[in-house]
Amino acid sequence: MALKIVKGSIDRMFDKNLQDLVRGIRNHKEDEAKYISTCIDEIKQELKQDNIAVKANAVCKLTYLQMLGYDVSWAAFNIVEVMSSSKFTYKRIGYLAASQCFHESTDVIMLTTNQIRKDLSSPNQYDTGVALTGLSCFVTPDLARDLANDIMTLMSHTKPYIRKKAVLIMYKVFLKYPESLRPAFPRLKEKLEDPDPGVQSAAVNVICELARRNPKNYLSLAPLFFKLMTSSTNNWVLIKIIKLFGALTPLEPRLGKKLIEPLTNLIHSTSAMSLLYECVNTVIAVLISLSSGMPNHSASIQLCVQKLRILIEDSDQNLKYLGLLAMSKILKTHPKSVQSHKDLILQCLDDKDESIRLRALDLLYGMVSKKNLMEIVKKLMLHVDKAEGTTYRDELLTKIIDICSQSNYQYITNFEWYISILVELTRLEGTRHGHLIASQMLDVAIRVKAIRAFAVAQMATLLDNAHLLTGNMQRNGICEVLYAAAWICGEFSEHLENPMQTLEAMLRPKVATLPGHIQAVYVQNAAKLFATVLKSQEGNTDSTAAQETSQLMIDRLPLFVQSANLEVQERASCILQLVKYIQKLQQKDVEIAEEVNALFAGELNPVAPKAQKKVPVPEGLDLDAWINEPPSESESEDEQPKAIFAKEEPKHSRPRHTEVDEKELARRREARKQEQANNPFYIKASPSSQKVYQDTPGVEHIPVVQIDLSVPLKVPGLPMSDQYVKLEEERRQKERAEKKKKEKKKRKEKRSGRGKKHDSGPESEEDITPAHQVDIVTEEMPENALPSDDDDKDPNDPHKALDIDLDKPLADSEKLPVRSHRETPKSPAEDGDTENAALQEPKKKSTKEKREKKKDKDRDRKKSKEEKKKKKHKHEEKEEDLLGGQADAPVVQSEETSEVVAPPTSTNPEVSDLDFWLSNAPVPSNTQEATTVAEAEAAPPPEAASGTAPDSEPDQPQDADTEEAKSSKHKKKKQKKEKEEKEKKKKKKHHHHHHHSDGGGEESVQNGTVEEEEPLPPMSNYCLLAENSYIKMVYDIQGNLQDGSQVVVSVIFENKGDSFLKSMEFNVLDSLNSKLQRPDGSGPHDGLTVPFQLPPGVSNEARFVFTVQSIIMPQKLKGTLTFIVKNEDSSTHEKLDFKLHFTCTSYLITTPCYSDAFAKLLESGDLKGSSVRLEGVNMPFHHLLARICFHHHFSVVERIDSCASMYSRSIQGHHVCLLVKTSGQTVSIDAKCDEPTLLGNVLDEIKQTFSQC
Amino acid sequence: MIKAILIFNNHGKPRLIRFYQYFAEDMQQQIIRETFHLVSKRDDNVCNFLEGGSLIGGSDYKLIYRHYATLYFVFCVDSSESELGILDLIQVFVETLDKCFENVCELDLIFHMDKVHYILQEVVMGGMVLETNMNEIVAQVENKISPSGGLSAAPARAVSAVKNMNLPEIPRNINIGDINIKVPSLSPF
Repeated sequence: MALKIVKGSIDRMFDKNLQDLVRGIRNHKEDEAKYISTCIDEIKQELKQDNIAVKANAVCKLTYLQMLGYDVSWAAFNIVEVMSSSKFTYKRIGYLAASQCFHESTDVIMLTTNQIRKDLSSPNQYDTGVALTGLSCFVTPDLARDLANDIMTLMSHTKPYIRKKAVLIMYKVFLKYPESLRPAFPRLKEKLEDPDPGVQSAAVNVICELARRNPKNYLSLAPLFFKLMTSSTNNWVLIKIIKLFGALTPLEPRLGKKLIEPLTNLIHSTSAMSLLYECVNTVIAVLISLSSGMPNHSASIQLCVQKLRILIEDSDQNLKYLGLLAMSKILKTHPKSVQSHKDLILQCLDDKDESIRLRALDLLYGMVSKKNLMEIVKKLMLHVDKAEGTTYRDELLTKIIDICSQSNYQYITNFEWYISILVELTRLEGTRHGHLIASQMLDVAIRVKAIRAFAVAQMATLLDNAHLLTGNMQRNGICEVLYAAAWICGEFSEHLENPMQTLEAMLRPKVATLPGHIQAVYVQNAAKLFATVLKSQEGNTDSTAAQETSQLMIDRLPLFVQSANLEVQERASCILQLVKYIQKLQQKDVEIAEEVNALFAGELNPVAPKAQKKVPVPEGLDLDAWINEPPSESESEDEQPKAIFAKEEPKHSRPRHTEVDEKELARRREARKQEQANNPFYIKASPSSQKVYQDTPGVEHIPVVQIDLSVPLKVPGLPMSDQYVKLEEERRQKERAEKKKKEKKKRKEKRSGRGKKHDSGPESEEDITPAHQVDIVTEEMPENALPSDDDDKDPNDPHKALDIDLDKPLADSEKLPVRSHRETPKSPAEDGDTENAALQEPKKKSTKEKREKKKDKDRDRKKSKEEKKKKKHKHEEKEEDLLGGQADAPVVQSEETSEVVAPPTSTNPEVSDLDFWLSNAPVPSNTQEATTVAEAEAAPPPEAASGTAPDSEPDQPQDADTEEAKSSKHKKKKQKKEKEEKEKKKKKKHHHHHHHSDGGGEESVQNGTVEEEEPLPPMSNYCLLAENSYIKMVYDIQGNLQDGSQVVVSVIFENKGDSFLKSMEFNVLDSLNSKLQRPDGSGPHDGLTVPFQLPPGVSNEARFVFTVQSIIMPQKLKGTLTFIVKNEDSSTHEKLDFKLHFTCTSYLITTPCYSDAFAKLLESGDLKGSSVRLEGVNMPFHHLLARICFHHHFSVVERIDSCASMYSRSIQGHHVCLLVKTSGQTVSIDAKCDEPTLLGNVLDEIKQTFSQC
Repeated sequence: MIKAILIFNNHGKPRLIRFYQYFAEDMQQQIIRETFHLVSKRDDNVCNFLEGGSLIGGSDYKLIYRHYATLYFVFCVDSSESELGILDLIQVFVETLDKCFENVCELDLIFHMDKVHYILQEVVMGGMVLETNMNEIVAQVENKISPSGGLSAAPARAVSAVKNMNLPEIPRNINIGDINIKVPSLSPF
């Protein structure tokens, strides 16, 4: 027995392996399926073996068969078995098979979780790698949830090989388990700066993929990517980043401006076509995003177009194709620059490559104008004739129609020409687009009234020659055209020259071979024609003609009555009876033409395609209401018998509904109107239009687009479209000549000699007047309907779930699920990032509105340095409309001067502050030395200046006040030692305080602020620091959450004069409490060089870091700005004094807080209360809240009606809680804080804010 | 994202298929047929991009392919991939195959589909480009193949196969030597 088993397994060993299988299949070409089925039987046997090697071999063969199209899901369990083999080679086979045939509904997948987890944490990196690779193909939501944490750990694996795989697979995990995105994101972001280029590239890859779907959440990463872009040399990474920027720029035009220069440099420098192409693409995206705001980027457009031309002219078809593709993007916004390359694009129409021809066609669509439409279409018609292959020809046909009909036939000046083009197109054999031509014919004939006579004549000819079209109509879509022809001839039969002939044509027996829906139209319109014919014949004395017509109808119609098509049959028998009746009356010599015509009286108006959808629901109609009582859900079996007896009950309720009397109805209607009027989302009817609609019956109310006239051309017969081109040319020439004459006259009249332009050169668009007086009737829409595009987003898009705000700090609850018995160590990096993210928020807010402009000019005379300081400081809290766009304009300028220095933050951690980054528009590459200076200045280590403990724990002296600060300037040196001692003491004193604040820090949880709720008046936190005739400084102070002893003062310097300002030095007299941080090695009184120069009219922002000890009191610091004013001939030294006002508000940091955490905080009893009342505040409550949020760095925790709770935290961790209530013009604020002095000051400041407005 | 990678020969016979989104087997075959139909009728001197595989993707997706001797390498990608970049990637992939198989030809792909998969796994993972540096790819492939599989490891594999058969149960009268004699026929390469 045992022997048998062994023998069996040894036999198996010599079973076919993959190669044998392949060989066998190749040797059984004629009976492959049979051979494979025997192989599958063998495999099934092999899978029953206990031997894992045999199983692995079998699974390997199955993978091959899967490729050939065989379903191998039956072996899923065996695949799992092989996956769990301890040998790498087998494991790999198992994972490969799984990745080829597992999917979300494979149920054995849930068995794999632990195996995969084991493999992921295997000491052998190849096991881990193979598991990651496999998992990337079959990850399910369950697997993603269970393994997210393991994978996240792998992102910090020691081997870059594993790291990069782990990073890549995170994308799949995010897709399946969106909750993992936020917890994992900080680490993913970290990987952007991984030392290994492969890992870096993987991280870029994943973030780009995420950002492509939800770009707005990734805007804050722009500076980081910008840095990568300027530093990376890996073209793959560059391409990805550049593509990403292409997706980001539409959201942030300032980013675009910043990008243009480095991208242009890349375009000039790179030799890689792929990179060049992507750069051009992104520059185009930038230009598109800027197109509304900034006009002067013609140089960049020119560069792009020029580079694309090179691509298109290249012999490499791929480049040609891509060039055309990118060109079509430019076309949308800058059609002029593309139009100049019309020659090239027309040339591409002749290319042998269909893809290229199609691309060129796309371009043509946007290039047509009134002037060149005929010419281009003529060229396309030639191509139609030449084209072999119906797909391309069909494409041409649709393009011709698209081109002509675009934007409501905007470019068509001669509709006769267009109709004849359409008629020519009907001669195409085997096109699928008959219905397209038909609908164009209908559309034009209906909407362009002036063309109807011509159209009808053409259609009549078509009907006459129907046999040409219907030659072999079964496989021919062109007969659809007859549908249009018949309808047009019938509907507008009054224009027919010979209606009788057309009528006969429509009643030919051959018509019965047409498709049913066309026959139906034939029958119906034959009746219309009949009516017209009767009318024309009635005038004659001889009534036989009319009777003959009736007889014709009676003879021919039975053919249709027998039709198998119900519609045809019904219409035909109806009309037949009608005609028979008419004939009877005719025989009695009754005049019936008038009455027959009345059957078809009235005009049909075009209806917009969306009109039906837009019909407003009539008043009083509730579409969601039940028509009958809904079946009650709780209906259970034992209740049913009861229902038999209680049946009458529901009946009562219904009549009650309908019996509402008139008064009640009127009252309700009134109430509803009132409600609608107050509802901003309800689209109100403008009363006038409603009236017009009701008062004017018929066609008059249809909006009519008037196009100016010229003499209509009459072209007899069936004209070829080419004729029109010539005629049109002549006409235009004539017009031009006339115009010239007129102009000459005018000029003569004026006799002013300055008119020498205009008559030469190409005529402009406006000069071309259409040949017809044309009413293009716009389509009917129900009033109240807004022409909106419905947002048709796919609700099943998996990426929708990933639309997650990544800048919000992580909440405690947001953690990846971990198996309970294992503790995951929390990485310090993650914490850091959390804080970082929290820090970003307040900054963003304040910098949204950047700069302030003031018009009043104080004329200060020069004063020497030694002179007494004048206290001219003005402190104003002004709110002006700040101009994002305008603020940036000067920045661009300053770039051009190229003397401008990089911003202080370009390399320090604050780089994440997107707005600040954007506002400065630096080009790091060419300002390296400057950066180093700036760096040293912006973020010197805190201890350098403060001289306190090396760790950056917040110090909180309570008694360092402003008085001290004032006196300090005199005896600073003496005091220094003393002060240090004091500080040490203070530190001890407040030690417990730190713990408290640290604890508080973790409570930062997500919550929105109220700002986005409704439109608000623009606000700015920048207030005036000082100004004179040369320069103006505005500043804003922001706390630094990471370091409780630091605040950052952002100062915008604006050059108001017309001379060049340089060598600016910013100096502040330190107080005991607050000190300007100076670079190492400089003395306590040295000024800081402002890291840029200011050309006239330019402004720029610099940041200065101050160390503060106590934050509970506001304080003021005196300072001076010295600078050199350089004119063309002279330069003078100037100075400006200022006073920096550190309000308590500036120590607060917007920190979101959940309401439960907020409640806990209030319950704790550690907080001391205070309150304040504001009178006469006249603004909506949400504006009030927004103001507090914005100016005082609070966030709204909860808002109920006219009551809101708000929260903020100081840089040293004090909690500040507000309860804001409003009634009428009185606002009461109850506040609680663990530091009463701070609270008092904050409340004072809030009070001041509102007293000013 | 790369949605699918297909390799088939001039007659449309699949040599490797790798879908990064699930399709049932018959759908996969249909996609291969359609793709082959689209690609095969194109001349060699036209561009390597194709829009409009109706079965896979949609308007956002493109087919990017290269034709080498008897084989078509087709990548179906969306707009987040650079067209020229993917063309380069195909080149990298083929050159890697060439290095790993020493003058790769269609037969190599036919008989060693699994190995081609392993190589591909080092280039693209889950639809995203993992590595573009050929040396790195070759190094990884060889690292994994030589210690425990591949050409030089064939005998080792056979022995381990024997080991895994619960050797203790094998009665003494079976001559292990016989197994060794048969080893050459086991050799996969």
